[in-house]
Amino acid sequence: MSAPVTIRIQDTDFDIAKEIAALTMGRTDIGAVVSFSGICRGNEGSEKIAALTLEHYPGMAEAEIKRHADEAMSRWPLDGLAVIHRFGRIEPGENIVLVVTASQHRQAAFHAAEFLMDYLKTSAPFWKREESADGANWVEAREHDDAAAARWTKS
Amino acid sequence: MKLKYFAWVRERVGKAEETIEPPPNVRTVADLMAWLTARDDAYAHAFETPKVIRAAIDHTHVKADAVIAGAREIAFFPPMTGG
Repeated sequence: MSAPVTIRIQDTDFDIAKEIAALTMGRTDIGAVVSFSGICRGNEGSEKIAALTLEHYPGMAEAEIKRHADEAMSRWPLDGLAVIHRFGRIEPGENIVLVVTASQHRQAAFHAAEFLMDYLKTSAPFWKREESADGANWVEAREHDDAAAARWTKS
Repeated sequence: MKLKYFAWVRERVGKAEETIEPPPNVRTVADLMAWLTARDDAYAHAFETPKVIRAAIDHTHVKADAVIAGAREIAFFPPMTGG
């Protein structure tokens, strides 16, 4: 049986406990589940953020996440994974993204979750626009995110 | 072929998508950006710094030297900021 892979792009919120249960329910072979959730911050440095609006490229977003999910499944002994990414307007405190990885042991689950998040940041086609007191601005890509993704490249 | 634009590239071009028929001498993604830039000021503004623009052909990331022959859909966008 191949391990379940769930990828969803949606404008609504998600339930972290429910997504974990969907991977582990009825199974006794899974010994480790790692979940990462990215949450909208209410400030960027000293600047107050009213909301983020996430734009995405429908079709490619799913395809790009699927490519990295497949790579994670081939690099680590995973028993399942889920990636959910929201789009649309998201206010501080709300969820943006969820990565859940399940494995027999913790190391594979930790590594795969971090790998997936690093690639989501730099190669999944999503763009954040920040609303603050001085209007709405597109968030600029960060070099340290590129460096984080690059360290997973096989040499 | 269909062109799609996202985020500030979309805003600068002034549309989310369009269908175009570039001439045969427009071979690569870089050629296509140059050809669009020559069309009018909106494209010139969107593509004023070609090295920051990312591109995808049929939902796969490509470099500027990628050949566009046979592409159904080409997208242009800024570096991604999801996650």
